[in-house]
Amino acid sequence: MSTSTAAPPNQVPSPSGPTRLSYLRFLGWSLWLATEGSLAFYAWMTVLTAVFLVGANAWANQVAHGMIVTHMTDHVSWGLYIANFTFIVGLAAGGVMMVIPAYVYNDRKMHDVVIIGELLAIAAIVMCLMFVLADLGRPERAWHLIPGIGKFNFPISMLTWDVIVLNGYLLLNLHICGYLMYTRFLGRQPNPAWYVPFVMLSIAWAISIHTVTAFLYCGLGGRPFWNSALLAPRFLASAFVSGPAFLIVALLLLQRTTPIRQLDGPIRTLTRIVQVTILVNLLMLVSELFTLFYAGGSHASAGWYLFFGLDGHRALVPWTWTSVACNVVAAVLFLKPGLANGRHNRLLALACALAFAGIWIEKGMGLIIPGFVPSTLHEIVEYTPSLTEWRITAGIWAAGLMVFTIALKTALPTLIHPHPEDSSAQVRTASANGS
Amino acid sequence: MPNMANPRRHPRQAGDDGSGGNRSLPVLQNTTRRAAVKGGFATLGVAAFAAAVSPLKQAAERLSPQEFFQKHYEELTPQEKQRVIARLEAEARERFNRDVTIADDRPIPGTKFVYAINLSKCNGNGRCVEACHRENNHDRDTHQSYIRILEMPKGAFSMEDATTTYDGVVPKQDKYYLPVQCQQCDEPPCVDVCPVKATWKEEDGIVVVDYNWCIGCRYCEAACPYHARRFNWKEPNIPAREINPDQSYLSNRVRPAGVMEKCTFCLHRTRRGKLPACLEACPTGARVFGNILDPDSNIRWILENKRVYVLKEELGTKPSFFYYFD
Repeated sequence: MSTSTAAPPNQVPSPSGPTRLSYLRFLGWSLWLATEGSLAFYAWMTVLTAVFLVGANAWANQVAHGMIVTHMTDHVSWGLYIANFTFIVGLAAGGVMMVIPAYVYNDRKMHDVVIIGELLAIAAIVMCLMFVLADLGRPERAWHLIPGIGKFNFPISMLTWDVIVLNGYLLLNLHICGYLMYTRFLGRQPNPAWYVPFVMLSIAWAISIHTVTAFLYCGLGGRPFWNSALLAPRFLASAFVSGPAFLIVALLLLQRTTPIRQLDGPIRTLTRIVQVTILVNLLMLVSELFTLFYAGGSHASAGWYLFFGLDGHRALVPWTWTSVACNVVAAVLFLKPGLANGRHNRLLALACALAFAGIWIEKGMGLIIPGFVPSTLHEIVEYTPSLTEWRITAGIWAAGLMVFTIALKTALPTLIHPHPEDSSAQVRTASANGS
Repeated sequence: MPNMANPRRHPRQAGDDGSGGNRSLPVLQNTTRRAAVKGGFATLGVAAFAAAVSPLKQAAERLSPQEFFQKHYEELTPQEKQRVIARLEAEARERFNRDVTIADDRPIPGTKFVYAINLSKCNGNGRCVEACHRENNHDRDTHQSYIRILEMPKGAFSMEDATTTYDGVVPKQDKYYLPVQCQQCDEPPCVDVCPVKATWKEEDGIVVVDYNWCIGCRYCEAACPYHARRFNWKEPNIPAREINPDQSYLSNRVRPAGVMEKCTFCLHRTRRGKLPACLEACPTGARVFGNILDPDSNIRWILENKRVYVLKEELGTKPSFFYYFD
């Protein structure tokens, strides 16, 4: 950072419209804004940086010594990284639950803060890409995945679809957030033509990222636990619990720590969404369990392993029941009348935390590991992540939270003083005259 | 014009008149000084990050630019292929102090290789597993092999009741034995899922891996219904005197760490008219290998006259690997 970036933020940008340098000034101003804050903010960022550095060091060692430093094996060949990846794709998709009320149902108050959901999507996708990179045996060959430069097995490999939808979703949200924040910096009305179509596209795109990620697994005929038509719908149902749950807690925190006002409405809307999606998710779980255990046979062995253990191997059983307990308790709490009226914020936050933890287990380790246990030749080899895997995972979570925090900091002016009714033609004319 | 939040002020105060408590660090009110301090911490952060990822240097030293920029096997010109092979041979010489030859064995036109195992004869002695281990330069520490043998109770065909970790004298009275290796499927799920086309099926039916193109995502390992694929979790450790120097680019050359590998029907032997190492090692004569397109071959006679079956037929993978009983 240089002092030149410190100078421009002192002046309110001139209303005469953008100059050639205004985008650079916007970036410098954003950087300045993102590094301003209270003592608590600096403490929070320092902790995240420390955890991130531990993770970065663990990853560098993994690259230097090989994947042998993980506890993955030829039997359980995906572990904690891909488990977190799968869960966080859901988190990214869950952000769309702010976008839909804001743009499809024209909820004004949601519209004013919808950028928070889009920033969550950006942070989550950055984490997804980091988890995929951490899982690669040859990360320096990641360029083989770049269409045109590498050799892209499209459309046959679902992984190439995932590369497209995840990066596309990242670009869409970067554009939408960047455009709105930049126009706010210039003091201009955003032109709906420049972002509303992208927002509409991003709604469909959010569904696609989690659907395609489910297809990665359910398309494998040799893995009965994953090979289920319910997998993609279940992914979406759980994403629409974990995403809004995270956002509710984030909004509650912003309500306490920032001057952003009128968050009650968005919190209420998100709570109502979770009240439904958490029950849909539980219903799908029941449906899947019934099909597995009533029919029985060898297809049920992964289910037995997950819920009751198989031949004395029970590593996942405590996790599974913790997840079920979290989800059921959270569902009951969400049924409490008046939970979203602002007087039970602690209870609401608790319910969200339980739902988030429950789905982290369910869509993470609870989904990936039973795909491999028992193996395709019905061998049972268990898996517990190594310290290196936990370090890298913690580092990536810290990096994601840093991205989200910095993004929110940068967006604060946009959130505190939302653009007025920018979808009304009247204002658009007025702003056109103004500039 | 709506007011911009003044970035010099704490965002908490952006909405009020600034008379509220200022929670910024007290000594740092001056903008230039704040910028200097921020720059200082940013520099510290970058330095800490550089220190944290310094083990990457180790990995970078092992990686030559030629290896990094190497093209996919199918896109190499004959000259480029020669240079790559010369480089790999030199690396092997340096690492093991042994002369190895890495050939580029291509499919023989008019050949489609097929394997069959007579389960009435197989007695689970495991010589095939061992032969594969030595022939294909597998890691000695993990005792890797492309073949697993399932010991199954007689009277059922149930992998659930099988074990791969049996020991003692074989064959046991109440057991029979099922060796499983790559089935060289005609509809290979592992090839479909690979995002970078690092694995493909050649004209003679053998599914191969370009070890210098694979990114190590292990999606193929998840997709294979036969547990036929192996990942190099570390660089293979093989004593120099045990190295099989007779190698091929797409099969038994010593694999790098972090990439997938699999059974190649010993293409460095079979494409030169020899039999796979696992077959030669089998003392029971249970294994039959050959060209299904040759009407006079043994394998053709078995497929025409025995009641053969394939593993997991319901998955539609169309294996080139058959089993039968006398």
